[in-house]
Amino acid sequence: MLHEPAAKAEKDAASDWKAKLGIKLFWLYCLIYMGFVGIAVYATETMKTPVLAGANLAIIYGLALIIFAITLGLIYNHLCTKKEDELSAEDGGSK
Amino acid sequence: MNYIANPIAIAIFLTFVGFVLGMSFFFARKAKSAEGYFAAGGNIHWFVNGVAFAGDYLSAASFLGICGLIATQGYDGFLYSIGYLAGWIVALFVVAEPMKRLGKYTFTDALDAKFNSKSIQLMAAISTLAVSIFYLIPQMVGAGVLVTPLLGLPHWMGVCMVGAIVITIVATAGMTSTTYVQFLKGGLLIIFSTVITIMVLNRGFSTETRPETFNPKTIEASSVTAAATVEYHGQNFVKVVEDGVANWWIVQEDGILLEAQSKTETAAGETLYNGAPKEDNKFKSVGHITKLPDGQTETGKVGFFKYFSTIQGSEIVRYPKSKVAKFDDSGDHVKVFVPEVTSGEELMIPGQKFKIKTSIGKLNFISLMLALFLGTASLPHILIRYYTVPSQRDARKSTIVAISGIGFFYVLTLFIGFGAMTLGVIDVESGNMSAPLLAKAFGIFLFSTISAIAFATVLGTVSGLIVATSGAIAHDLMDNYMGIKMNDKQKVMAGKTAAFAVGIIAIVLGISFKGMNVAFLVGWAFAVAASANLPSIIMLLFWKKTTAKGIAFSIGVGMVAALLIILTSPSMYGQYGLDPATALHKLDNPGIISIPLSFITLVVVSLMTQKDNEGLDFEV
Repeated sequence: MLHEPAAKAEKDAASDWKAKLGIKLFWLYCLIYMGFVGIAVYATETMKTPVLAGANLAIIYGLALIIFAITLGLIYNHLCTKKEDELSAEDGGSK
Repeated sequence: MNYIANPIAIAIFLTFVGFVLGMSFFFARKAKSAEGYFAAGGNIHWFVNGVAFAGDYLSAASFLGICGLIATQGYDGFLYSIGYLAGWIVALFVVAEPMKRLGKYTFTDALDAKFNSKSIQLMAAISTLAVSIFYLIPQMVGAGVLVTPLLGLPHWMGVCMVGAIVITIVATAGMTSTTYVQFLKGGLLIIFSTVITIMVLNRGFSTETRPETFNPKTIEASSVTAAATVEYHGQNFVKVVEDGVANWWIVQEDGILLEAQSKTETAAGETLYNGAPKEDNKFKSVGHITKLPDGQTETGKVGFFKYFSTIQGSEIVRYPKSKVAKFDDSGDHVKVFVPEVTSGEELMIPGQKFKIKTSIGKLNFISLMLALFLGTASLPHILIRYYTVPSQRDARKSTIVAISGIGFFYVLTLFIGFGAMTLGVIDVESGNMSAPLLAKAFGIFLFSTISAIAFATVLGTVSGLIVATSGAIAHDLMDNYMGIKMNDKQKVMAGKTAAFAVGIIAIVLGISFKGMNVAFLVGWAFAVAASANLPSIIMLLFWKKTTAKGIAFSIGVGMVAALLIILTSPSMYGQYGLDPATALHKLDNPGIISIPLSFITLVVVSLMTQKDNEGLDFEV
């Protein structure tokens, strides 16, 4: 009762598609995140290299990880919403 | 530092807190049912929920802790910003959709949906309690940190104030008021942090020290008479008495003495700052630039990228905790704060806090980044906010709003942290206060407003955590595990009683952990969450052979391993008053051991108990 979802578990034909997309995007981000951790640990001095307007790789890579997370979130939301609309339109049309 | 309460600051602060409490009582009327109390009735707009999400997440750890770590350790603090945000990727892409597919929204309920196992219910509830309490500690420490400069009150009083207010809020209104408090303060925190950032950029950099900042003098050693000399770790210190006030100086090369700040606890029980009582205001904030690029003494206004390149080309004086000299002088316990000149180039890459040139430093670093990445999706108080909107689409949209707001704020932490470092507003005793003290450098209005918002941040986060914890006790433990049958009203009453008990525990822990960096403490909460909860969530969703016993053991082993590593770590030894070098091991962040251990336990136990799954017909 207390943990009953307020967001109702409505029928969702796109759920498998969304889960697969989520996993793909997760691995993409994970690779870039691991790249950051790898450089920081094993090639720390490389982080000093200026890469954009005098700012070093550490700053730019760190900021890029934040901006990339937001961008991926927006892309994911856009694609999921589009797929949900498509499937619900198909569903509606077939009735 | 001596903090003197300002009447304007107090007035702004009290108005804000009063408003928050008023809002809480107003929404109390909407929380008569259990769903209203724990899930805000599911009627929150997705944008409001998204900003509240950000408000929940931008806790004391972010505003006080991360900014404080950047201010004292440079880029290493920003690693927390990166890791905290990256964690949302796991939450949004890996956990959220499959959990929704299950029609379940909490860790415990999702696990229960397949197995309906008593051992899972018990372990999941205990892990929710452990994670929430670990997360509560830094929030309460943050509360104490805030009231000290704002109201001139001691740390413990701030902790008690937050405890009392939050118990009132939670016991009154539950999730609805928590959501609106988080919405308000999440939005305001982002707005005012932007204002501080703009002011930092407009001010630029200068090698001239502010009058309020400690600017050490140098004298010839031969010109003074030493009252005492002490050697500590190869560094010599001289006590000089001037006008009856004893001060410590650091012996430099060529017979020069450098003035130092010191804290002395006398044998008579008195605490002296720079040889005088705190009220004499001799003890000042620290941090200044000694060299700017191209021999400049002042830059004037700087742009976004220019800000970073300027720091990279500068030299900055810091007072790291690791450099504090501690010794006894005629029965007095003395701490001398020793400066370190660090090149901006070194401050702008990882390595000041995490000694990544050593093997253990590398391990600590990887361990932290792993725990931050995997921790968010396992935090109980973050997951419950997912259910406060009317539909799945709204839940997703509110998450995007949250990620955007949080990400934007984390970019600002760089400017706030380095701003505090270069403007010399840091309290050498606690870096946690750096962000509010930076605001103070720009005026009392900004300072009191941002402090009030930060205080509300603590109120909101603590409220959310206590709701999650009381839910774990009332619903998972009492209702599900113990099978105590309660009606709606009794469940809310049980939740509120649990909230009161957890609030008291939080107060005690908040006082005990004074002085530890709050972002670092939150890193531990993430590690415990990722170790105890994430392997079960992932394996339940993606491995069909997972069994109930596998999950229960995995939660137990992950949680206990993480807790044991933390409790025997060098940082905790320091907290116990022991020498960190004598700790049982050198690992401060447990994730790299406890997370894989939890996964392995789940796989091994599940493979050994495959018979249990016979007859289970459940598709995830």
